Amino acid sequence: MDLKTLTYIVVGATFALYLGIAFWARAGSTGEFYVAGGGIHPIANGMATGADWMSAASFISMAGLIAYNGYGASLFLMGWTGGYVLLAMLLAPYLRKFGKFTVPEFIGDRFYSNGARIVAVVCLILASITYVIGQMKGVGVAFSRFLEVDYDTGLYIGMALVFFYATLGGMKGITYTQIAQYVVLIFAYTIPAIFISMNLTGNPLPQLGLGSTMADGSGMTLLAKLNLVVTELGFKEYTTQTIAGRLDMFVYTMSLMIGTAGLPHVIVRFFTVPKVKDARSSAGWALVFIAILYTTAPAVGAMARLNLHATIQTGEVGSAEGNLSYEARPQWFKNWEKTGLLQFEDKNGDGRIQYYNDKNPEMVKKAESFGWKGNEMVKVDRDIIVLANPEIANLPHWVIALVAAGGLAAALSTAAGLLLAISSAISHDLLKGVFMPSISEKSELRAGRIAMAGAIVVAGYLGLNPPGFAAGTVAIAFGLAGASIFPALMLGIFYKRMNKEGAIAGMIAGISVTMLYVFQHKGILFIKGTEFLGDMGPNWFLGIQPNAFGAIGALVNFGVAIMVAKMTAEPPQYIQDMVESIRTPRGAGGATH
Amino acid sequence: MEKPQGSGDAYWRATLGLLTTVLIIWFVVSFGFGIILQPMLDSIMLGGYPLGFWFAQQGSIYIFVALIFYYAHRMGQIDREHDVHED
Repeated sequence: MDLKTLTYIVVGATFALYLGIAFWARAGSTGEFYVAGGGIHPIANGMATGADWMSAASFISMAGLIAYNGYGASLFLMGWTGGYVLLAMLLAPYLRKFGKFTVPEFIGDRFYSNGARIVAVVCLILASITYVIGQMKGVGVAFSRFLEVDYDTGLYIGMALVFFYATLGGMKGITYTQIAQYVVLIFAYTIPAIFISMNLTGNPLPQLGLGSTMADGSGMTLLAKLNLVVTELGFKEYTTQTIAGRLDMFVYTMSLMIGTAGLPHVIVRFFTVPKVKDARSSAGWALVFIAILYTTAPAVGAMARLNLHATIQTGEVGSAEGNLSYEARPQWFKNWEKTGLLQFEDKNGDGRIQYYNDKNPEMVKKAESFGWKGNEMVKVDRDIIVLANPEIANLPHWVIALVAAGGLAAALSTAAGLLLAISSAISHDLLKGVFMPSISEKSELRAGRIAMAGAIVVAGYLGLNPPGFAAGTVAIAFGLAGASIFPALMLGIFYKRMNKEGAIAGMIAGISVTMLYVFQHKGILFIKGTEFLGDMGPNWFLGIQPNAFGAIGALVNFGVAIMVAKMTAEPPQYIQDMVESIRTPRGAGGATH
Repeated sequence: MEKPQGSGDAYWRATLGLLTTVLIIWFVVSFGFGIILQPMLDSIMLGGYPLGFWFAQQGSIYIFVALIFYYAHRMGQIDREHDVHED
């Protein structure tokens, strides 16, 4: 059977499964719509959280980032997992005890202020919308590459699917669908990795294969071999290179960790378990399911990099026959050339491919003596690493079809989780909480579904017409969540004296500082040319990248909040009693409103 | 919302104590071993992995998982000792 038919069958079967689950798990009440009725088993919830968390970026882009940044990319691995430790200990159990539906609702109640609630809603919607655009793009790209339909059609199919199961089932439908999506995506990710690890090192576990000796008889470890291969071609040493220095790495890791703990679509998952005890262990299960992919990714990245260089640099560097002849390039090379994501240009006209670092002056000198006239792999898009991996390793067609289904599962599950967070902020926090408190449950449920449909249309529109700032998505989403929501929640639980004035001032200061830093280097609202300080290393504060600034924003938030709280009146007694109450697990009922 | 038991203060102190221990380990394995001390630790090999690199790309993640389950388990004990556990 040819690859296209097989891909249609595999992807079609997974879609049928999601739709079947959605129909079975329809939501009948607002409780089921917002928090799946609060009755999800902690292991099941952990698995759904894993799918919710691991987006198209984790599935498709992360291994590519690791392949090209080596040790430096560790910040993504630690940052996107370490946040769960904070979530499990600092937020999840207490918010579960509080027992409401949404994150802005906690902030509004704890700081006895609709103003604080609205500030939180704004942060939540901004962070979630910027995040969801990336997912929509992922859906469109995965469809267009694997099913050979155009990008727009792919996006419409994706929107229709999410529309069906998210509006019908709300959190309940999304949770059960995400469990199925987790299973699809984790098989799709690990099966190719196992094959490749087996080929290169003889060890089927990628986590151990990465630390093993090569099976080629050289006696070298895989990482030592990779270091040798890349440094011979003038690239930085794989196991020690950093992206922008060690201080930047430290701050960036911290930003991703607190951003993870502050993203509302993740936090709300811990409202869906029956007990406080379950909220604690469920965060552990979520991290187990996430760690399966995150500890495989470094192996996928390193092995793909090694395979790629081995394919092109077939003999000794600089020898006459040492480079692959363009005529003899493998089929996957041709396939990806068609997409434009892989581009070759024969600069020295020898009909062979030279792939090396022509930005390294020492290497340029050496290359000249070989008769090389510049790096001829003019484009190697990092995103193809995971998608092309099974083809590079000559794996059977069903594995390639599975990877397509896995990429779609990752993008759809995250999009659904984000859309639910947005729609509940609108229907529950703005409508029910602030503007129409007397609305009936039935009308609120209908409003939730309409808000969800609206959010899908907006996200789809932005996916079709990606605004200029799409590249800044990560900076905004993590920066906002980390600098505003995380400190507000933490102070609300751990600092009884924190009052409304302090919390609001802190949130606004945290966001402003982060946004200002991002804008001054990336342009106001990411419009090119409006940046008043260049987007370059020398202008960065202590050499910290704009993407990494959320941690500094959070520090400002904590500082301002505590100072303002000390200067203003302490919160009323009933609020202090409420804080006492959320600190102890006993008496946690089902989520109510 | 009911008021906590009389032992509320002791319970909260025990909670914060556990939290501090876990956060110290969390910080040391990732920011400590994985970032600050990575150049030093890399001279030690763990199988085919330089140790600092291993902490940054594998070890810290395994330890994070263990930390959460340890925390959940210990909190369960602390809840019962102070009689604030759920029924």
